[in-house]
Amino acid sequence: MNLELASNFYRQILLIRRFEEKCVELYSKEKIRGFLHLYIGEEAVAVGVMHALNDEDAVFATYREHGQALARGIHPNRIMAELYGKEQGCSRGRGGSMHLFDAHTRFYGGIAIVAGGLPMAVGMALSDKMMKRNRVTACFFGDGAVAEGEFHESLNLAALWHLPILFICENNLYAMGTALELTESQTDISLKAASYRITSKQIDGMNVIEVAESAEQAIAQIRAGNGPVFLECLTYRFRAHSMFDAELYRQKSEVEEWKQKDPLIRLHQDWPDINIAKHEKEISHIIDEAVEFAENGTLESVDDLEKFIYSSEVAR
Amino acid sequence: MNSTITYREAVRQAIVQAMEKDQRVFLMGEDVGHYGGGYAVSMGLLAQFGSERIIDTPLSESAFTGAGIGAALGGMRPIVEIMTVNFSLLALDQIMNNAANLLHMSGGQFNVPLVIRMATGGGKQLGAQHSHSLEGWYAHIPGLKVLTPSSVQDAHDMIVLALADPDPVLIFENAILYNKKGVLDTQALPLAIGKAKVERTGKDITLITYGISVFKALEAAETLSHEGIDIEVIDLRSLRPLDDETIMKSVAKTHRVMIVDEGWKSGSISAEIMARINEQAFYELDAPMGRVCTIEVPIPYAAHLEQAALPQADKIVAMAKKIMEKL
Repeated sequence: MNLELASNFYRQILLIRRFEEKCVELYSKEKIRGFLHLYIGEEAVAVGVMHALNDEDAVFATYREHGQALARGIHPNRIMAELYGKEQGCSRGRGGSMHLFDAHTRFYGGIAIVAGGLPMAVGMALSDKMMKRNRVTACFFGDGAVAEGEFHESLNLAALWHLPILFICENNLYAMGTALELTESQTDISLKAASYRITSKQIDGMNVIEVAESAEQAIAQIRAGNGPVFLECLTYRFRAHSMFDAELYRQKSEVEEWKQKDPLIRLHQDWPDINIAKHEKEISHIIDEAVEFAENGTLESVDDLEKFIYSSEVAR
Repeated sequence: MNSTITYREAVRQAIVQAMEKDQRVFLMGEDVGHYGGGYAVSMGLLAQFGSERIIDTPLSESAFTGAGIGAALGGMRPIVEIMTVNFSLLALDQIMNNAANLLHMSGGQFNVPLVIRMATGGGKQLGAQHSHSLEGWYAHIPGLKVLTPSSVQDAHDMIVLALADPDPVLIFENAILYNKKGVLDTQALPLAIGKAKVERTGKDITLITYGISVFKALEAAETLSHEGIDIEVIDLRSLRPLDDETIMKSVAKTHRVMIVDEGWKSGSISAEIMARINEQAFYELDAPMGRVCTIEVPIPYAAHLEQAALPQADKIVAMAKKIMEKL
C-alpha cells in the first residue's frame, strides 16, 4: 500500500459518493425516475474488489450497482445517460438504474432479481474453465440473496465444479427493511459458504484496503486453480433502501454509529496526505460533465421500440 | 440419406453431430450422464464425450439453467436438459428474467445462444406434477423461441436450428413421441424456425395443431375423409414465433377453423391463434371456430380420467362435424 494507491481508492469512493448524491438531487427534480438504490456507505467493497480484477475478468452485480459500474470503469457519462433513459446510456436507456450493462468492461448487470445473477456468474466461470481461459468472474450480491435457493444452488455448483469465481456478499445487515437476524437462523454468512467447502472469509467492508488485499489474495487463489472464494464484506447502507423508504426498521443511532466508519473517513485517517480538495474539484467537474452529457443525450425513437427482442444477426 | 429411427434417436443423433462438429456445444442436466437421461435421450453420450461435456447436475433447475445462460454469454453453446416442463417452473426466474430479457435490458449488447430441451405432455399416468403441457405459457414471453417438434425429422432438425440461433430457444419434446419411429433424412435442409408445415391438404376445415396432437389430428382427418369431410392439418412446429402467413393462407382456402392443443383453453396458444384469425381473417370465416383442448383439470392419475382429459381423435372428429353443420 502506498499513498498513490490510497489516494486512488479515495478518489474512486468519492466519485461514487458524489455521483449518487447528484442522483438524489436529480431524482427530486424528476430527471431520474423508477427505483434508485444508493450504494452510499458501501463503496469500499466495489472499489476494493475491482482493484483486484483485470480487464479480462467478468462482473455480475445487483440492482444496487452504480458503485460497481463506476469502479469497473464504465464512463460516468454513460451511466448518467442511462439513468436519464437516453440512448447514449450504457444500456441505451432500456435498462435504467437497476440494469446497467457494458460489454466493453464485461459488466453483465444490473440483475434485479435477488440472487438471480449467481447462476449466470457460475455459468460464466464454467465457460472460462471449459475454454481454459485464465479469467475470473466476480459476483456481487447482498445478504438478502442468502435466503434464496439460487444462492445455495450456485455455491454448490461453483464448489463442485471448482470454478474460477469470486463471490462477494455485501452484508449491510438488512434485506430491504428486514434485519438479517429476523430472517436467518445462522447470521454468520461466511459459515454458510464454508459449508459448501468454499474458502470463505468475513472482512471489514468499510475498510477499502482490507477489501482490496483480501480480494487480491482471493483472486490469486482462484487464478491458481483452487476453485471459488467467498468474501463476506460487513458494510452498511447510509441511505434508505430506495427512494420510497421511510426507514422505519432501523434506529437513527445505528446509522450514525456506522457513519463513523465511513470508508472515506477511515482512509483519510490512515493516509492524511491524500489531497481531498483536488479530488473534490476534479470529481465535481466529472459529475457536471456527466449531467450535461445526459441532458444533451437523445431519446431513442419509439419506432425502434421492438428492437433487441431477438438478435438481428445469426449466431457466430 | 434416409433412415427409419425413433424420435429419441433423432434427438440423440442431432446432439452427437453438433458435439462432434462444435467443441463449444455441451449437454447439462439432471441424470443426462451416468443414468443416460430421464427419457434415455443421452444414453451412451457420457462414454463418448466424457464428463466435461456431458454434465450431470444436481437437482438445481434454477442454477443449472442460469449456468447455461452464463456459459452462453461466455461463448459456449450449451444444451440444457430439464427433465420435464413441470420442473422448468423451478427455473422460470432464469428463463424469463434473464434469458429472455438480457438482450433487451442490455440495449442489444448481450445475446444468449442457449438451447433448453424439456419433455412435455400427458398420457403416461404420471399424475398432475409430471404431465402438463405448458409450452403455450412460454410462448407468451418476448425474447424466447418456442419449438414443438412432432416428427422424427423435426426432432433432429430443431436441435440443429436451435444451436444455430443467437437467442434462447426452448424445445418441447412430447414424452410419448420418444418411442415413435419415422424417417430422418440427414441431407434435408431444415425448415426454418417460425415456419409451420401443412401436413395434410384439405379443403373443408383448417386444423391447426402441434406436437403429439398432430398425429391425433391426422387420425381424425382420415376418419373424416370417409365421411366426406376434407381436413387440412397444419403442424405449427413453432409456437413463438407463430407462422401467421401459413395459417391465414389456409383459412382463406377452407373458411373453417379448428385448433387442437394439449394445453388448457384459458389463456392458451389456441386462444391466441383464434384471436389472430379474428384480427387478420375474420371475413374469411364461414362458421365459428372450434377448439379441442385439455379439459381444465390437473391431469389425473387414473387412465380413463387422464384419457378423458386429453384431446383425442374422437373429440376432434366430433368437433369437425359440429363445425361443418354450422353452414
